[in-house]
Amino acid sequence: MSALPNPILTVPNPPPRQGKRGRFHWLLVGVAVLFSTVFLVLPLVNVFVQALSAGLGPYWRALVDPDTLSAIRLTLMIAVITVPLNAVFGVAASWAIAKFEFRGRTFLLSLIDLPFSISPVVAGILFVLLFGANGLLGHWLEVHHIKIIFALPGMVFATIFVTFPYVARELIPIMRSQGREQEEAALTLGANGWETFWHVTLPSIKWGLFYGIVLCNARAMGEFGAVAVVSGHIAGLTDTLPLRVEKLYNEFDPVAPFAVATLLALLAVVTMVLKAALEWKTRHEQ
Amino acid sequence: MSIELKNVVKHFGKTPAVDNVSFTVNEGELIALLGPSGSGKTTVLRLIAGLEGPASGGIFVRGEQVNDLPVQRRNIGFVFQSYALFKHMTVFANIAFGLKIKKWPSARIEARVNELAALLDLKGLLNRYPHQLSGGQRQRVAIGRALAPGPNVLLLDEPFAAVDAQIRQDLRQWLVRIHQDLKLTIIFVTHDQEEAMEVSDRIIIFSKGRVEQIGSPQEVYEKPVNEFVARFVGVMNVLELEVRQGAARHEELEFPSHGLADGQKMRIGFRPYAVQVSADEAAYRYRAVLRRTYFLGVMLRLEMELPSGLIIRSRISKEDYARHGLADGRPVSFQIKSYRVLSKEDEPFGGEVSVAHSTEACLGDGI
Repeated sequence: MSALPNPILTVPNPPPRQGKRGRFHWLLVGVAVLFSTVFLVLPLVNVFVQALSAGLGPYWRALVDPDTLSAIRLTLMIAVITVPLNAVFGVAASWAIAKFEFRGRTFLLSLIDLPFSISPVVAGILFVLLFGANGLLGHWLEVHHIKIIFALPGMVFATIFVTFPYVARELIPIMRSQGREQEEAALTLGANGWETFWHVTLPSIKWGLFYGIVLCNARAMGEFGAVAVVSGHIAGLTDTLPLRVEKLYNEFDPVAPFAVATLLALLAVVTMVLKAALEWKTRHEQ
Repeated sequence: MSIELKNVVKHFGKTPAVDNVSFTVNEGELIALLGPSGSGKTTVLRLIAGLEGPASGGIFVRGEQVNDLPVQRRNIGFVFQSYALFKHMTVFANIAFGLKIKKWPSARIEARVNELAALLDLKGLLNRYPHQLSGGQRQRVAIGRALAPGPNVLLLDEPFAAVDAQIRQDLRQWLVRIHQDLKLTIIFVTHDQEEAMEVSDRIIIFSKGRVEQIGSPQEVYEKPVNEFVARFVGVMNVLELEVRQGAARHEELEFPSHGLADGQKMRIGFRPYAVQVSADEAAYRYRAVLRRTYFLGVMLRLEMELPSGLIIRSRISKEDYARHGLADGRPVSFQIKSYRVLSKEDEPFGGEVSVAHSTEACLGDGI
């Protein structure tokens, strides 16, 4: 999930080479299929197999456990806060980077990529060092009774940090390939900046934006490392779904961790299906 | 709407894209901004539109400075070279865009779009999307979209560059017609001198961000103010002459010395139409071999090679070509009826010199 998302929605694949398919061709296909089966498909299927190994009853009971329900709520809440923020930021940043020349443009571009190159655990620690009890702002926050670390705000901050690049990275290549002319045309026709954005820019990036949001959401709900550091692992209070899975797994529960994990696995499958659908759609619109 | 530029300067980085440009466009004129690519003509168009701001100098519309007036309030129609149609909108929505922004009632919008569709021959295409249109149709949509809000001036960036030859010809006629019907000030950018000649009332010729000459097509063709214009507008034979023994010479060719002393140099130019050719080797002063004939429609272009290897280009009608019995490889004779002194040793540019009789100027000898 932490790999650079490709600008898949703008660059159609080159047509596959036609002609006779030799032994080498089938060897390549075989290796690719084998590899993805062993490392991607089997583990995914296994999660469901393990989760349902004791039947539907235990599976359901694991999901409606109060602490698990609380983890689901917390995960959703973090996503609901972080995804719109990063979407707005991503659109603004990619618009600035793709369509304008300004001092510090490349710096902003590298800054957006920073979360890709930093270990999420380190990202979490950065926030602890800033807001924690012994942190830079810790004393001030304590005096004013503001709790960030080991509470929702800290987890939101960590998630925003980690999912920062997804929307922007998806939109920059799309916006760059579209250039500024359609927007300039709108301006000459009397549209102001907001009208231009709303009627011209946004419709032309909508599928890219949607996919960026889907990716951002998947990562926000699935984030473990950064959130683990700032959460404090208080069951029923600051556990998200991934943290809950780990905790249950460490308790040697034979079904519950897998049952909860199926929720995250389903999220991954839905994301994948949406991606495929969007690719199909953009290809047919071209 | 009259438009005036006064000493306008625009830099991109350190290079001046527009370097102290001044000119006036009168109400209702059809003006071509002509120049090679990178000569600043598109930037000038964008400055007039307000898509760029000048570093210094003034842009005036009807005498009022508009430097700080935003694009939206300049009431110009702009047609981009790539057309820049809104891809996700139908033809109807594209043309209606400016009207929707102005909050016209929908009945009025529909009437206006239908009126433009009739004018632009776009009826029946209103529900299509840009990617379902041909190049010529797309361009007409772009023009319709620009015309819809009733602009005071229409600006077109290389309007004919991206369509094929046949459509280009139609579009030229069509632009002239639109100009006459709507009594609109139109400024268009082109790098094609033939196009500028055929369509415009006046041509403003650009090179390296500067205005080289402003004039009617006939003026810039017949009285180019410098060698750049002479070479850029139409075909010209350009020779560098050196005065030896009282005459200015280049290989076999000989011209009056124009008061220059031996050893001094001058440059002259003459149009192909000023070169008279005959298949009779004794008819004219210089002898050459007809190397190649280019068919340009009614007229033919001839390339003749002198014994020294010098190539001179001439122009002849199809009838004369046949009457003289000319053919590639044949020996011919020719004379130069008139030429222009492009530059003398120190002073640049003189006037036209008629060698034999007066010259009848032939317009449209562009190619």
